[in-house]
Amino acid sequence: MATSVQRSLKIVVPEAPPRPSGRSGVTTPAVRVRGLSRRFGDREVLKDLDVDIAPGEFVALLGASGCGKSTLLRILADLDREIEGDVEVPVRRAVAFQAPRLMPWKTVWRNVVLGLPGRPDRARAFAALEEVGISHRADQWPKVLSGGEAQRTSLARALVREPDLLLLDEPFAALDALTRIKAQDLVGELWQRHGCAILLVTHDVEEAVLLADRVLVMKDGVIAHEERIDLPRPRDVADPDFARIRGTLLDWLGVRHGKQHDA
Amino acid sequence: MSSIETVASIPLPLRGRGKTASAAPCSGGPALQRITPVSSAGHGIPRWARRLSGPLLLVAAWHLASITGVLPGEVLAGPSTVLSSAAKLIATGELQEAMLVSLRRALTGLAIGGSIGITLAIVAGLFRLGEDLVDAPMQMMRTVPNVALIPLLIIWFGIGEAPKIALIALGTAFPLYLNVYAGIRNVDSTLVEAGRTLGLSRAAMIRHVVLPGALPSALVGLRYSLGIAWLALVFGEQINATAGIGYLMANAREFFQTDVIVVCLVVYAFLGLAVDFTVRTLERIFLAWRPAFSGA
Repeated sequence: MATSVQRSLKIVVPEAPPRPSGRSGVTTPAVRVRGLSRRFGDREVLKDLDVDIAPGEFVALLGASGCGKSTLLRILADLDREIEGDVEVPVRRAVAFQAPRLMPWKTVWRNVVLGLPGRPDRARAFAALEEVGISHRADQWPKVLSGGEAQRTSLARALVREPDLLLLDEPFAALDALTRIKAQDLVGELWQRHGCAILLVTHDVEEAVLLADRVLVMKDGVIAHEERIDLPRPRDVADPDFARIRGTLLDWLGVRHGKQHDA
Repeated sequence: MSSIETVASIPLPLRGRGKTASAAPCSGGPALQRITPVSSAGHGIPRWARRLSGPLLLVAAWHLASITGVLPGEVLAGPSTVLSSAAKLIATGELQEAMLVSLRRALTGLAIGGSIGITLAIVAGLFRLGEDLVDAPMQMMRTVPNVALIPLLIIWFGIGEAPKIALIALGTAFPLYLNVYAGIRNVDSTLVEAGRTLGLSRAAMIRHVVLPGALPSALVGLRYSLGIAWLALVFGEQINATAGIGYLMANAREFFQTDVIVVCLVVYAFLGLAVDFTVRTLERIFLAWRPAFSGA
């Protein structure tokens, strides 16, 4: 089982203007996936996949459950190496999962800086928590946080690492509707401030259209459709263009609602 | 408004008894039920007093049986005799000395057995090779009754302190091994994964994720181990002891001093209680992050 994960040693600086690369004159991507396959027994979950994500780009990955989108995220997070193909991801990357996955035996702020080199830096944790709006919870145990607060902590923990690539695995799926809207806005803001590339795995079409520069629809282990979204930000769900794009994506997902679709 | 009036018209439930009262069907509204707050339900004698009354009644019956001669002193000394001999033993300093000796034995045995158990559990829990080498022998040996090893321990270690401590060490190693090992193996794998994405090294992962995650079940193991330590102590001290609670008991047996035997039994019981309190305190300190302990 030869593992073919290669981490680019070059740290991509997202804010930097596009740098011509030596050979072809295109930007060095933050994520470069070529011919990626992943098998679970007889089932081929990812089939010869090619994906690029530019530095600072917000990409949403849509798909029904079991289509392989979380598998792709886990591979990009270097949690799964039983793969074939070439994968390059930034050295500095961070993940926020659907469950916040905070260490219950560490206070909120210690969770945030866990894994950073050196002694736990409370000021740094506090600043990150301030950014997601829950610095007042810094000294609490994770078990007493609400779902939204825990998810914010998880985001702070990811962002404090100043990643070039942020992987979000359905981070809002378990939140209630109101909290989810706030969390989505927060992610949008944080992305614009930090300028990292984001891969958001979700099955919420609206969320994808709201946040992403580009939406990939995954079906049966391949990218079935790619939709570039040039709507101005902040985006409005009531915008007819928004509805049109949502309709197209729902079509691709095979769950078209006649009345929502006006194309 | 009318519904509130309906509630007010329901007769109050009997004090401390029924929580509900059925309402007579009122004209207009549905039949209502008053929900009594839990705080007002159990007033009267406090709970601890009620719990204490059982043992107290037992002692009273024992006392009555002694003074009426139903329970002769040779069979079992009465509570008053037990108390006075306890006072005598304390006055001469015998009891304190015996307790100290026993406590030292128990703690030494636990320290040795516990270190062995925990070390083996960590080796078996963290390394595949360790598991293959350690787990099967441990699972086999744990089913051997410790007490059955006493003759062998005497042959190996003589009749001094060593066989007693070895017996306690043997008894305490297994519960700690089993629980720490299970604790390590049951650490939430999603947290381990999260740790990997945070860039934790193997050592940091063990320190920040695996061991804290295994702590709750390690403390359960400690509780078992301490219980077994006292049990092993009783057996260990029955053989050729020259000091300790067990020695005191063996001596008392020679002279049919049932009062002293009872004093020793009570001391064992209190030591057990103290041990339980210790573990509870440890849990409150180390498991403060568990919501179950925040209110206790």
